Amino acid sequence: MPRIIRDATIVEDDWQVADLGEGQSALDITLPEGLVLFPLNVWLQRREEIIARNQPIGVWLRSDEAPEALVGDISRFSVIGIHFPRFTDGRGCSTARLLRERHRFVGEIRAIGDVLQDQLFAMRRCGINAFALRADRSLEQALPALKTFSDSYQAAADEPRPLFRRRLAGEPG
Amino acid sequence: MYRYDPTDQRMIDERVAQYRDQISRHLAGELSADELRPLRLQNGLYIQRHGPMLRIAIPYGLLSSKQLRKLAEISQRYDRGVGHFTTRQNLQLNWPQLEQTPEILGELASVQMHAVQTSGNCVRNITTDALAGVAPDELADPRPYCEILRQWSTFHPEFAFLPRKFKIAVNAAASDRAVIRVHDIGLDLVRDEHGETGFRVFVGGGLGRTPMLGKVVNEFLPRRHLLSYVEAILRLYNRYGRRDNLYKARIKILVQALGIDEFRRQVDDEWSHFRDGPTTVPDEEFERLAGHFAPPAWEVLPADDPWPTAQAKSNRAFANWLGRCVQRHRMPGYAAVTLSLKAPGKPPGDITDVQMIAVADLADCFSLGELRVTHEQNLVLADVRQRDLYEVWQIARQNGLATPNIGLLTDMICCPGGDLCALANARSVPIAAAVHETFDNLDYLHDIGDISLNISGCMNSCGHHHVANIGILGVDKNGEEWYQITIGGQQGNAATIGKVIGPSFCAGEIPGIIEALIAVYLDQRTPEERFIDTFQRIGIEPFKTRAYARRDRQRSAPAPVDEREVVNA
Repeated sequence: MPRIIRDATIVEDDWQVADLGEGQSALDITLPEGLVLFPLNVWLQRREEIIARNQPIGVWLRSDEAPEALVGDISRFSVIGIHFPRFTDGRGCSTARLLRERHRFVGEIRAIGDVLQDQLFAMRRCGINAFALRADRSLEQALPALKTFSDSYQAAADEPRPLFRRRLAGEPG
Repeated sequence: MYRYDPTDQRMIDERVAQYRDQISRHLAGELSADELRPLRLQNGLYIQRHGPMLRIAIPYGLLSSKQLRKLAEISQRYDRGVGHFTTRQNLQLNWPQLEQTPEILGELASVQMHAVQTSGNCVRNITTDALAGVAPDELADPRPYCEILRQWSTFHPEFAFLPRKFKIAVNAAASDRAVIRVHDIGLDLVRDEHGETGFRVFVGGGLGRTPMLGKVVNEFLPRRHLLSYVEAILRLYNRYGRRDNLYKARIKILVQALGIDEFRRQVDDEWSHFRDGPTTVPDEEFERLAGHFAPPAWEVLPADDPWPTAQAKSNRAFANWLGRCVQRHRMPGYAAVTLSLKAPGKPPGDITDVQMIAVADLADCFSLGELRVTHEQNLVLADVRQRDLYEVWQIARQNGLATPNIGLLTDMICCPGGDLCALANARSVPIAAAVHETFDNLDYLHDIGDISLNISGCMNSCGHHHVANIGILGVDKNGEEWYQITIGGQQGNAATIGKVIGPSFCAGEIPGIIEALIAVYLDQRTPEERFIDTFQRIGIEPFKTRAYARRDRQRSAPAPVDEREVVNA
């Protein structure tokens, strides 16, 4: 079974990421069985059917797809995937923060695509708690990257108070 | 200046450890060159024409003598004993070894320095007025605001991979000396009618291929909202800035596409979700940071010390230096001294390790142990007693740091250009050298008076040629170096983008062209006019005519292949 990092632990995981092939349309594909992360357009167009499967629901967003599209259904999702087409495309970090901080999504947010160890720390701060690393990379080697820094200046999904507030309260030092 | 607390220090040390691990994985073949590239850039490391270049951050241009001594030591031990100050107040080393860069960053961390975010598609070094804290026309010290922005932007998890680089500058004086309107965000400190401190916020300025001046997105942003508002702008940019075309990826293109009113509406909408949240900065934090920049123990001195003026009467060289390199200070009996890094025969902005030590000594003896880097690539000793000016001048002169040309034609802003930079289309340093050779008569330079001449080796415009009275831009035509001239640009409150005068010139033509442009000014000026004033009164035509009249007698340029693209840029 494939493995991912979830909540700072390496775990086996059998969610599969579905995508439309060349020439396929969201309306006429056969919905796969099991735990599936559906592309946004499949979710939007086959919503009733997916809900009727009565299984945990997953969806994933491309880097140019807005999290606002999920807002009315946010509590239905067990997993929301955020796709990073290249690790240098930072849009997914805004998507993750919006899901966590504005839309109060409490399920799993999973980074998929070009996910590499050097971005894990920032992704975690933005609210991403699961990482499907690029297939050629070692999860064991990547895991410590979640602890690259012992503190941070800004507020983000992991820490609502910027360092200056904690400093004024006399906390770190 | 700002002093790290244990948390700041720990994070910088952790950054060095992270970078060291990245370089070792790269050397072990576990991190490809393409994967390393964005990571090393965010630690200031470029791979250039001859090898690596390390750009060291100097937050808002402020350095202690101890830090400058460390930079001297690093340039001696790991480089060739020369550094280059940039228009963003940073320092570049041109000859480090890749394998040694983690060690260099470790050395920097030992004096509370780093190279974090000096390159890459992230928020870069925050820049400001080199006279911060001492300028007579200052409303408030901009440095606490720069520092809070520095901390906010450092390792910001959401904005590490923006569509393109992002530059922020802060001005807090009546005269803008930080060119804020050519930055992605320009912050102009103002007070409202109730005396509350805030910022007029400009957005979408920038040079490069499509030069634009920033537009006002917020007339008055109370200072407590500084970070949350900037965060709203950055989020909009991160989400909607173009990522499909490198040349259209800066925020100015997004602002232009939406229009400033729609852009403002979207920022306000985004901001409304968190504007009064925990990122709101309380007064106590501003006060805490202001404490780090508290005025030093200035002595009580007579208003204007008569001694330097008396010396100047009998010493013309000293008088020239006083006239060009000494600026007014807000405290009686003090002055700010600019040490010129624009000596003839030296690349503009370059400094040797020996000079660095000399400047550190000068700062310790005469200027409270601190100095500043100007965006014009000179250094400033900000707190010199007027009675010490003669001694400072003598020492500066012995070290080649007293060329009395600040604000004159030879005080050129100049990028490293094609000699070193892999992006450059043409060399810029030999052009600067040619200008020095042509205008080697100091009396003549003083007669020409205030003027700015800036040189960029390519469209990235690191040399700020767009905002110079005379701008020179290197362009490539069929593998040959050519230069396009703009005139009428200026920095300051009336910042203006210069206009292209016409087809470009070959390197050999440039000194003659500059002479021709200057001649038009000298012929037409009224006694009180500077070059830019005459230009604004008489327009571009007389300059154009003189420049190309000369050329008709000489060789003409080959049919330019990419002229249209460049001219229209």
